[in-house]
Amino acid sequence: MSDLDDLRRTLPMVGTEPSILDDTSIAHVVAHGHRILSRRTVPGLRVEMEETPDTIVGKLIVEAGVQIAQPIHMCFGLTHPTGVQQITIDVQICEGAQARVLSHCLFPLAQAAEHRMQAVVEIGPGASLIYTEGHYHGPHGGMQVLPHATVKIGKGARYFSDFSLLSGSVGNLDIDYLVEVEKDGIAELTAKIFAHKTDRIALKETVVLRGERSRGLIKTRVVLDGEARAEITGITEAHAKGARGHVDCMEIVQGQAHASAIPIVRVFHPEAKVTHEAAIGSVDKKELETLMARGLTPEQAVEVIVSGILR
Amino acid sequence: MILPLLDICNLTFAVGNQKILDRLDLTIQPREIHALLGANGSGKTTLAYVLMGCEGYVPSGGHILFNGTDLLPLKMYERARFGLTLAWQEPARFEGITVREYLSLGKPDYDPEPALRQVGLDPERYLNRRVDKTLSGGERHRVELASVLSMKPTLVILDEPAAGIDMLSITHIIDIIRALKAAGGSVLLITHQEEVALIADRASQLCTGRIIFSGNPREAVDHYRGRTCVR
Repeated sequence: MSDLDDLRRTLPMVGTEPSILDDTSIAHVVAHGHRILSRRTVPGLRVEMEETPDTIVGKLIVEAGVQIAQPIHMCFGLTHPTGVQQITIDVQICEGAQARVLSHCLFPLAQAAEHRMQAVVEIGPGASLIYTEGHYHGPHGGMQVLPHATVKIGKGARYFSDFSLLSGSVGNLDIDYLVEVEKDGIAELTAKIFAHKTDRIALKETVVLRGERSRGLIKTRVVLDGEARAEITGITEAHAKGARGHVDCMEIVQGQAHASAIPIVRVFHPEAKVTHEAAIGSVDKKELETLMARGLTPEQAVEVIVSGILR
Repeated sequence: MILPLLDICNLTFAVGNQKILDRLDLTIQPREIHALLGANGSGKTTLAYVLMGCEGYVPSGGHILFNGTDLLPLKMYERARFGLTLAWQEPARFEGITVREYLSLGKPDYDPEPALRQVGLDPERYLNRRVDKTLSGGERHRVELASVLSMKPTLVILDEPAAGIDMLSITHIIDIIRALKAAGGSVLLITHQEEVALIADRASQLCTGRIIFSGNPREAVDHYRGRTCVR
């Protein structure tokens, strides 16, 4: 069976049907390690990807004013227990364009594997990007994942990102995103992670609200059990009149797990406002007892609460 | 003689040296709405938590028979499966859980629409709403009552079910309490609101952890309004 077939078979682990790769109306890129296995583009979208021995370098450009009707699928991964994948990618959503990108990062057998992503994303004035990234790292916990990105959001542009790693192990995850928002722009960053055993998470997200009336939200939901560890840092800076930001971090800790949340708020303009809330602890007792009063066992109640938080 | 559905005898619960429930006796009959009146701090909510088996609410003395079975050794979810449930005064909020899912917990084939209509919420508007802080206090209360209706409990403890409900909607809440009885259940109704208490079949007044009056609701309300809580 080919690497492409193996990656296709793993797509359902991140909630995606393999058949999307056969649909000629849907753009995609599939890369295994540093080899590009499949690609397709649609009108208004340019995909320039190049293989090198130690990285894949590429550009994804949505031309000005174009609305890409179907999500663009980017499927990256390794189907072997060991190996390295490094992706360096520039994403440009030109003025007034709209696109949705679904990124699937699949490492189903990882025992000592590494995935590095360096992304620079530019969203032009009035443009919109919805970016959803789903990971599956298999059961072994041998994955190192380092997605780092810089995102620039132009005037009146919108950026919504949603990172999720909800089944299998995490391994070592080190996320570092920096998002800068210009006048009237919007950035919403959501991350949902369920960590087990000896998983380690370092998640740092920074939103810099540079423009007037720019808005930012960092929302993080992390559930930890076993001996997992997480350090979540959410930073929001507001530099202009009318800028509004919020940092919302919730971590549920079970077993011997440890968690820390560091919300950092910096305001540099008297008419800007940034708020934050952080909650770390076990499952809320009142929620638990409410469900038990409906006849659910403690284990069933925890499952319902956790699945809701990670939705 | 009909055996009481709930028979509480000599129930004592203390925090440190302070007795919150003090040799409390109370019975509730099948298909009875029983109002429980009492000032703040008299022990009403503590009694609800002890009955339901909430964490940290283990009595130091007395017994509770429910349908002839000793309730105290049972865990909270076992009591619920036995037909007892509690609707909190301030219901919990659940991030990510829809009203449809909340009402169908443990009952995958359950149709939640009739219960939602019964509490005055339009299923089209509410089934896919989340049971989180986006619901107002009144909406959350109604969803909680719909959740209780969906269980078809033998006995439900309603802790201030009309709290946060606008005046015009109180008659709706009263209809729901009567519907619980009509469906064959009993209700222990903890309330401060006279118009709610008066729908009960019987009422009792709790004072510093003991029942000091039981009788018809009118007399109980008058007793509660007219006298200082002194044992």
